Amino acid sequence: MTRHTLSVLVENKSGVLARVSALFSRRGFNIESLAVGPTENPDLSRMTIVVDAESQPLEQITKQLNKLIEIIKIVELDGGAAVQRELLLVKVRAPLAERTQVLQTAELFRARVIDVNPDTVTLEATGTPDKLQALLAVLAPQGIKEMAQSGTVALGRGPRAMSGAGTLRPVERTA
Amino acid sequence: MTTTTPHQAPDTEATTREAAASLAGVETTARSVAEAAAQPATGITGAQSLVRSLEAVGVDVVFGIPGGAILPAYDPLFDSHVHHVLVRHEQGAGHAATGYAQATGRVGVCMATSGPGATNLVTPLADAYMDSVPIVAITGQVPSAAIGTDAFQEADIRGITMPVTKHNFLVTTAAEIPQRIAEAFHLASTGRPGPVLVDIPKDVLQATTDFAWPPRMDLPGYKPTTRPHGKQVREAAALIAGARRPVLYVGGGVLKARATEELAELAELTGAPVVTTLMARGAFPDSSDQHLGMPGMHGTVAAVTALQKSDVIVALGARFDDRVTGELSSFAPEALVVHADIDPAEIGKNRKADVPIVGDAKETIAQLVEALRAEHAAGRTPDLAAWWVQLDDWRERYPLGYDWPEEGALSPQYVIERLGAIAGPEAIYTSGVGQHQMWAAQFIKYEKPGTWLNSGGLGTMGYAVPAAMGAKYGCPDTTVWAIDGDGCFQMTNQELATCAIEGIPVKVAVINNGNLGMVRQWQTLFYEGRYSNTKLHARNPDGSPKPVRIPDFVALAEALGCVGLRCESKDDVDAVIAKAMAIDDAPVVIDFVVGSDAQVWPMVAAGSSNDAILAARDVRPVFGDGQV
Repeated sequence: MTRHTLSVLVENKSGVLARVSALFSRRGFNIESLAVGPTENPDLSRMTIVVDAESQPLEQITKQLNKLIEIIKIVELDGGAAVQRELLLVKVRAPLAERTQVLQTAELFRARVIDVNPDTVTLEATGTPDKLQALLAVLAPQGIKEMAQSGTVALGRGPRAMSGAGTLRPVERTA
Repeated sequence: MTTTTPHQAPDTEATTREAAASLAGVETTARSVAEAAAQPATGITGAQSLVRSLEAVGVDVVFGIPGGAILPAYDPLFDSHVHHVLVRHEQGAGHAATGYAQATGRVGVCMATSGPGATNLVTPLADAYMDSVPIVAITGQVPSAAIGTDAFQEADIRGITMPVTKHNFLVTTAAEIPQRIAEAFHLASTGRPGPVLVDIPKDVLQATTDFAWPPRMDLPGYKPTTRPHGKQVREAAALIAGARRPVLYVGGGVLKARATEELAELAELTGAPVVTTLMARGAFPDSSDQHLGMPGMHGTVAAVTALQKSDVIVALGARFDDRVTGELSSFAPEALVVHADIDPAEIGKNRKADVPIVGDAKETIAQLVEALRAEHAAGRTPDLAAWWVQLDDWRERYPLGYDWPEEGALSPQYVIERLGAIAGPEAIYTSGVGQHQMWAAQFIKYEKPGTWLNSGGLGTMGYAVPAAMGAKYGCPDTTVWAIDGDGCFQMTNQELATCAIEGIPVKVAVINNGNLGMVRQWQTLFYEGRYSNTKLHARNPDGSPKPVRIPDFVALAEALGCVGLRCESKDDVDAVIAKAMAIDDAPVVIDFVVGSDAQVWPMVAAGSSNDAILAARDVRPVFGDGQV
């Protein structure tokens, strides 16, 4: 199995997320992460879907996704050709005596402190999934009280965009 | 007939794009009626807007049942020239819409209320989805404010039907009704056709709105590829020109694209054998010497083996279904595949395509013909003589056939064969699912498109009667025969009451073997004859083998307002069919009481390789491998 990141432009309408996620589950695919948000065009949303799949079934699922009426375009964003980020909010046990250590770790990972109280510190970090995993590994012995992590969002590198002039090549619109 | 609007045969010249332009493949006369109906209006209800939209899009008939949530729509429908056929069960409405669409090429329409009315449409929607039939279902929904509260007769039909429709809509304002209806018909009838559901809450139907036609459609993500890629077509032509054992593997897409004339031209030009799938029977005349028949689990030995031994398969609007390929890994091991389909997701889904072509079958085949002419002009004309020697040998040694049952019972195959011979290729035949369906596909000779309607993909028992009703409504001057099994018939025969009341004189041949015949056949072959729950007849209390007729299909037919006939011997078959053919003012049901042990052959057991086809029970064909 290999990790694939699909960037999917969809119409900003109710029910689209249900159609997309149902398509994955129906074909026996597990979505590793999914992020949906607005785009520069208020009529469109962008879904960033990370899946573990063999390439052949992924091609089939991409074709099936393309058949959904409300899907405008699908681009696979992988490897060095794209920038990918996740957002992590993590609440760490940090009594005064141990706080410096936590703050130093935050510094190392360029995480920001966004909430403090006598017992805990809440950090905000962005980065690639690998970097956030590393941060969590370092913080784990300290005691993670709670965390929330976003799905991956991604954009292709370079001047081209998914919509408009000089667009990125869509995945398998036609065979 | 109680219809008031003209019914026309589908215009075989209309391309998919033209159909798109006219929203639903509506013919000229219907269009002028529609234009008159499309006058703008202000201060009308959502329900009136809905009915005006249906008129404007050219609908002539709606099959449905009213109920609470859809009730507002039925008021303006009462005054409309759109005829409503009041069915007895919503499943009947859905299959009738499908039968109508399959027979006429136009979009079929069904209507139901919220909750159970809508959920009863799920089976026919799934059926139409699997067989790519253009239908539009309109359902009432509980008022907007009640959605999500488990209100009386509430069901999330949009959510429920997402996996079994091409698309569906929940209408949220009355103003958008014309647009959604236009979009629904456009989506249903273009690209790869399919069912579309429009769910409209009751308050939206009751709200005040304005109506204007045509509305602006907003489907930015919907751009079906209809024009094939020239380079791919030329590559396919080169492959075909160089083939020594080619087969044209024709699927239902050829009928959907109305591409049978182009197919005939391609067949003539290539001289290659043609096989037509269950969904494509009638796409190529059975009388043609080039036609090997149906491939697949119960296909002819020649058709199955031709694909299996071929070096080039030209798949046209077909999808390499498991019932055609058998065990996929051993299907046609030496063949290179040209796969032409309007749906890119079909290409490479089951079998790798060596030359993929995405496009409408009509355009694709036409271009393929041109490209092939160029190949021939350049001197590349294949010699298929040796291939035909081989094919003819298989055909002669393993023709379709059947044995007469013991104890003098009537042979179901004989009944179906005679029915096809007497009713002829002009008639439309529908069927349920099971043995009778396979025999109807095997033993009736189809010559014309749109004359064989069945539930191929979903395999919906109970399809025959309501589909025949829809087909007969759409083609009132054509004889329509539903060939049904006694199991299937008991699922949807209530629609015969609809036929009797509406004046839709369909004819039904019940192939009554007293069993769920196909399941019984599998029990005979694979479960040591343990007939668990397949016997439909009651045992005779006096112990005699003569079954008690429950139900008595003749009495049932008469109770439903039809003429009921019965036939139990070979000598009576022709006469009873002739008698049924002579009745054109009422539906007719013939109860053909046949032997219960007849089997469908040839057969490839489920999951087996097509190499393991049996021509008859324990008869393994000898293929003479390597002769070509």
